[in-house]
This record gives sequence, C-alpha cells and structure tokens, in this order.
Amino acid sequence: MGFETLMGDEAIALGAIHAGLGSAFAYPGTPSTEIMETLQFLAEKQKAGKLDGVKEAFNAQWCANEKTAYESAIGSSYAGKRAMVSMKHVGLNVAMDPFVNSSLLDLHAGLVVVIADDPGMHSSQDEQDSRWLADFARVPCFEPATQQEAYDMTREAFEVSERFHMPVMLRITTRLAHSRATVKLGGILPQGKVKKPSAGMDWVLMPGIARKRWHAVLEKTKSIQAFSNDSSFNPVTKGQKKLGVITAGLALAYYQENLEEVMAANGGQAPYHLHVGLYPIPEKSVLEVYEACDEVLVLEDGYPYIERLLRGIVKPSKRILGKESGELPLEGELDPDNIRPALGLKARAVLPVPKTAMPGRPPQLCQGCPHVDTVNAIKEALQGHSISAVFGDIGCSTLAALPPYNLIEATVEMGASVGMARGASISGLKPSIAVIGDSTFYHSGIGNILDAVQHNSPFTVVIADNLTTAMTGAQPTIVPSSKMEAVVKGLGVDPAHIRVLKAHRSDHETNVRVIKEEIEHNGPSVIIMVRECIESYKKARKP
Amino acid sequence: MKYDIALRGVGGQGGIAISVIIAKAAMAEGLKVKQSEVHGMSQRGGEVSAFLRLSDKEPSSPMIPKGSADLILAFEPLEALRSLPWLKPDVGRIISAASPFKNIPNYPDTEAMLSELKAMPRTMVVDADKLAKEAGNAKTANAVLVGVAARYLPIKAESLEAALREQFASKGEAIVEANLKAFALGRAL
Repeated sequence: MGFETLMGDEAIALGAIHAGLGSAFAYPGTPSTEIMETLQFLAEKQKAGKLDGVKEAFNAQWCANEKTAYESAIGSSYAGKRAMVSMKHVGLNVAMDPFVNSSLLDLHAGLVVVIADDPGMHSSQDEQDSRWLADFARVPCFEPATQQEAYDMTREAFEVSERFHMPVMLRITTRLAHSRATVKLGGILPQGKVKKPSAGMDWVLMPGIARKRWHAVLEKTKSIQAFSNDSSFNPVTKGQKKLGVITAGLALAYYQENLEEVMAANGGQAPYHLHVGLYPIPEKSVLEVYEACDEVLVLEDGYPYIERLLRGIVKPSKRILGKESGELPLEGELDPDNIRPALGLKARAVLPVPKTAMPGRPPQLCQGCPHVDTVNAIKEALQGHSISAVFGDIGCSTLAALPPYNLIEATVEMGASVGMARGASISGLKPSIAVIGDSTFYHSGIGNILDAVQHNSPFTVVIADNLTTAMTGAQPTIVPSSKMEAVVKGLGVDPAHIRVLKAHRSDHETNVRVIKEEIEHNGPSVIIMVRECIESYKKARKP
Repeated sequence: MKYDIALRGVGGQGGIAISVIIAKAAMAEGLKVKQSEVHGMSQRGGEVSAFLRLSDKEPSSPMIPKGSADLILAFEPLEALRSLPWLKPDVGRIISAASPFKNIPNYPDTEAMLSELKAMPRTMVVDADKLAKEAGNAKTANAVLVGVAARYLPIKAESLEAALREQFASKGEAIVEANLKAFALGRAL
C-alpha cells in the first residue's frame, strides 16, 4: 500500500476500513465529524468499485444521537462484524450507558469507540477528558500523537478489543483530528463472517450474570495492565536523570519541538522519557522513570490525569511537575510555547505587540441565516412582558445569545432547552421559550416533549428548523424536515398548538402574531420555523 | 530545510484551500508537511488560523511555536497583525491582502492599521481583490497571494501551478485559467 496525506479524522476512518470494518455509526460533533464524513465518502466509492482493495461493502451511518449510534455498534459486534462508533467528548456523556455496560459483554468482534476531546473548547461547552471515562469503564484506551499513529492505532484497537473481548477507546484531541500529515498505509483485512457470540448468557446483563461479568472485567485488568506495560506504544528512552519527562498523546509533538533546546541546556543529553500512547498507563515504566530521576514532569493534553495518578493523596517523595502543581496551565490546550517554563526554557523572542487594537471576531450567524428571522420574531413577540425566559440549545442557534441578538439566556447541553423551559414554566416563570435546532431536537429534545405533554406544561418550544445539522458542516438530520410536524404530533402535542411557519422576514408580522398567541397558551406548544440553512443551500448548489 | 507558514483570515475566506494547494506542491517536490486547521464554531465569521510546516524531516507539532514562522500569509490585514507573535523577528515575511473584512462593530481605523502593517519590515500588502478582477474572477484573490508568496516559498512555481490546477480542476477550465492568471499577476508584483 502507498502513502496518503490525511487529517487525523481521515486516518482513523481509513484505518478502520483497512482493519475490516463492518459498520460505523456516529452523530456529528466537532472535532469528530470528519471521521463519519470520510467513511461515507469511501463507502460510496467502494460501492462504485473505486476503493482499491476493499472488496466488501461496509455501513457508515449518521444516527439520532451518540447513544443510538453506540448501541448499533454493539449489535454489529454481536453479529460478528468489526464496528466503530465516533463522537465528540460530550457525546460520550449521552452514550455513557451503553459504553460503560458494554465493557461487561463478552465481545467477539472488535468494537472501537473514537472520542474526540476538545481541550481549549474550540467548539464545545467543556473540555472534559475522556481518558477518565475509559478508566471508569475499565477499557484500554489508545491516544495517538501523529496521523500515522491515528491510522495504526485504529487498526490495533480492533485487535486489542478482540484480544480482551471488550470495547477499546481511541482518544484524540482537536489538533490531532484537524491536522494533516503523510500516512503510510497497511494491508487490507477482510471483514469477519456473520456469526453470533458463543452460546451462553454472557450477553444478558441481569444481576446474577452481571456479577459474573464484572468479576471477569476485574480479572482482565491484570492482563491489560501487563499488556500496556510491555506495549511498544509506551516507549521509554533512557537519558539524563535530573528531570524525567512523561508525555501523552499529542503533547509528545510539543515536547519534541523544544527538545533540541532542552538538550542544549543539559550538556547535549535528552531527558529520561516515557511516552504514553496506550492506557492503562504502563505502571512499570512510570516507576522506572520515577525511580531513575530527581523530578518528573508530566505533559498531557486535557485534565491532569496521569499527573493525578502519580501524585495521589499520599505525597510521593519526589516532585511531580504538571498542571496541578502550577508548572503548566490547568485550563486550555498545551502548545509548543506554554510548556517551555516547565522544561526550564525561556519564552521565544517575538515582535512587539502592534499599536492597533485587535478586537476579536466572535463567531456569528451567517448573512441570510434563517435563525436571524426566527430570533427577531421571538424578540418582538416577547416585548411588553415584564419577565420572560428564553432557553437555548447546542448548535448555530446558540449564537443568538450574542449581540446584537442577546436572545438566548441559558445554554447547557443537547436538548436541555426544552426541559429547562418546561421546568421554569411550571415554577411560575412565564412565558418560557425553548429555542432548539432540528437536529438537536431529534437528538434529545423529544423526551422532554413527552414530559411536557404528560404534565401539560405551559411553555413554548421553537424548533429552528434549517433542514440540516448546520454547525458541524451541514450533515443530514436523521428525519427530514418535511416530517417534523408529524413527529411532534406523534409525541402527543395538541395539533392546534403545533404551528409551522416560514423563518423569513417577509412573514415577520405573522410569525410575531403566532408566537404571541402560543406563549399565551396554557399548555405545551411547538412552533416549527422552517427555512433551509443558507450554507447548506449554497453547498447543495455548488457546481 | 524547514519553512513554517502561518495562514490567517476570517472564516469563509478560503485559507484552508490555499494551505492545501501549497502543501500539495511541497509534497510533489518530496518535502514532508504538517498542516493544521480550525473547524466548527470558529469558522462562523471568526478568525481562522491555519499552520503549514514544510520540512525535509517530518515536522512534529501541528502548531508553529511563537517567533518561528518564516511567512505570514494573511487574507485580511487585521488578521496579519494578529499573527505577529508567530513571525520570526529578524527574517520572517508578511504577505497580506489589503482589503479589510469588517464583520465586527469595533474594527480598527483602516488607514492607521494599514500604515502600521506596511511599516513592518519584509512586508507586502497586496491589493489582491483588484488583481483578482484583472485575472477575470473576483474569487481568485487567494491565488494572487500564493503568486506573491511563490518567490519566497521553497517550492518551484511550476509545482504551485500544478497544485492550483489540480485543486480547481473539478470547477472547470475557466476557473483553472483565472486562478493561474491570478497566480501569474501575483508573481509579477
């Protein structure tokens, strides 16, 4: 096989296909989206007979949310086919139930869970570190430092999943997901045959069996630890012993970027170094570095995970340097510059700051965005109310929280707007409005509507239906927009209070009037404001 | 050999496409590349920062360290100024488009900003929009900037032309020709 220049996300997609992938599932979320986009692109190519060496078709599907995606992946593995599920870090919160419990199953076909963390919160509401969750579920976790490793580790993750009969996490971060480098490709493996797991009740997680399975998981931790201790993905390089360095994932690149200077400051010798690419962390090698060196520095993107495991509550006799001890920033992502003080290096020389003031450019709704017209209609409809609340959701519509709109007053996570508006309304805060995009509504707004119908809660949901999943680059929604009204009706909302409007300024007066009517209704109402996202409109009509 | 480029602009200006074109040309000449870009939320009218590293050895970090860029290639003058911390103080060059992209209410005074930028050493502020129109297509401003950069990049102009051709091939011969003309106008500056 040859070489290709690939983004981290693309390398993972290709690695999975070359490892004999049967099915992949995902919900869009930056920075993981391009994994599924690449898989779908290549699945089409395969069907057309244009994907060299890949003889069997594979599935690559967007799903309603990360939980449904994960569950389909478990089923594919049950059927004997290698399966992959990919999502952003907060998506794993949604998929926690299947994730944690699938570690108890006696898997026979590989199941790889790709989680894209977003330290620095480039496109997220938090910077949670998924390595803790791999630890929590007691599953092995790979963390690539390069695009090559993203490819190689994806392949290896399937092997490890089948070796230990449990899911394996592949944790990446934004910079790895969205940077490109040349990758050497390997051979293409055939898919597994359709085959059920060996007979028995190991897949029935009811208490008596779950206890047995949990025991099996705990038994496995010893062999997984031994596997990690000896893994070539966790290499140790002996060196000078003043400051030992432990790197994890992409932090290796930032360390290497400064290594020449570190060596120059230490008589030409590189520090004693352990790089961690596979978790659980290789205890044997960690102890080797700790015992050999005077102090140990931990460089890792995300939370201080390794650092905490090293330090614990009972203080070690030597200094452990890192984020919690203050040598590195506790927030945001690492970079080639902010790790320099911890390595004993001065900041690099830079030009003086320009005199011109350089205001930032916050993200904003596009010119011609239908959400603008929805927002303007809601704002006008709320005029005259001494108190009101507008709860927002995840996606482009969140941007209506910013000036000049200043409409959204709270945004937490996917689907939350509906539940929050309902809770506020029954507590007496009226009118309460939820503003939610169509894809986010399908993802996890629906359950809240069932609560609202059951309890006849007096609030209004505005579904800003732009016919797409816009923020992540216009992926199709799981149900087409034309069926939105039927879905809402099916949930039990009184048809008289389901209103479908055109999100366009030409209909502004009507829209204001309808919103005014519905916020007066003493029960749940749903207003669907429809107009295609201006970006997806352009994308679909590009030559 | 190591050549680091910081590409800066505003979401939607096509900075990532330019990065791909230069990277393709560099790889065609046997160089190793590392390229990083920003997606998602940051693209919605926000500032976009991409890095491109060309080297005979595999570059490690996707992000360029501060004070290390050989070239700032900016599609907008305020973004050129914003990139200064990445420029190599003594030898780094700036090539920036002249037209401001004003999507914020507190955009700085254009004259003062442009004169500060122009006063920087090794700096070229190019009326890329005008040259793009001359090339017959207003959307070829980025190709103009690549043309200007061509004399400094460690890549042959023919390789850049081939990469431009490849990048725009799917859009038809007229678009390819306009981009090549824009590239030539940039080179001639």
